[in-house]
Amino acid sequence: MTLLLVALGGALGSALRYAAASALDARFPRGTLAVNVVGSALLGLLVGLGVDDTAYFLLGVGFCGGLTTWSAFAGQTHRLGPRTGTTYAAATLGLALVACALGFWAGDAWVGPQA
Amino acid sequence: MNPRLLAAVAAGGAVGAALRWSCGEAVPDGPGLPGTTLAVNVVGSLLLALLPALAVVRRSPVLQAAAGPGLLGGFTTLSAASEQTRSLLADGRPALALGYLLGTLAATLAAVALATRLTSRPDPAPERAS
Repeated sequence: MTLLLVALGGALGSALRYAAASALDARFPRGTLAVNVVGSALLGLLVGLGVDDTAYFLLGVGFCGGLTTWSAFAGQTHRLGPRTGTTYAAATLGLALVACALGFWAGDAWVGPQA
Repeated sequence: MNPRLLAAVAAGGAVGAALRWSCGEAVPDGPGLPGTTLAVNVVGSLLLALLPALAVVRRSPVLQAAAGPGLLGGFTTLSAASEQTRSLLADGRPALALGYLLGTLAATLAAVALATRLTSRPDPAPERAS
């Protein structure tokens, strides 16, 4: 059951990533950058909210995991060369981490202080 | 956008995400360095860079979409790495957090560089006409 939730989320996330990359990636892979940041924000939000297992496996492990990608990110960074590649890697990892922290913070604040 | 390619990516992504989850089930990431996620990202980055060397993949756009952005894109993850880094920072372990994130970047870039080197051999010298 868990495997199916993860696979379903992974299929949707991967398809959305492919659509975004096809539409937006140019010389600079801004579509891939965008999905990596959005996916990291969403995963932070889910963890902050403390969603149940079903939602976590479907949306967190499956959808967010499929929406984001490290393999394409690494390949693009390598292709862009030392200068633009460094900018791209720093922008991706920096923005993704900040987005994830903001998502977590928002989810945590929404749930409110735990008793 | 080609719907067949989109479907191929979705199918590959389903398998890739399921494989990633299975890796985490087999060897769960502990409270320290998330070694399983690190390994998944390194292996996935290596395989994606090796993919163009496979003639069967080069010839088929559908297979290319299923294997590249699908299987390997879904297998690897940047969201989990961000969340793990955030969690390590929140636990007051900034050195481990930064080491993990930059270590993953360095290891995956090294994997891509290795794959690129392995697959971009110079063409064999043309045979001399007799």
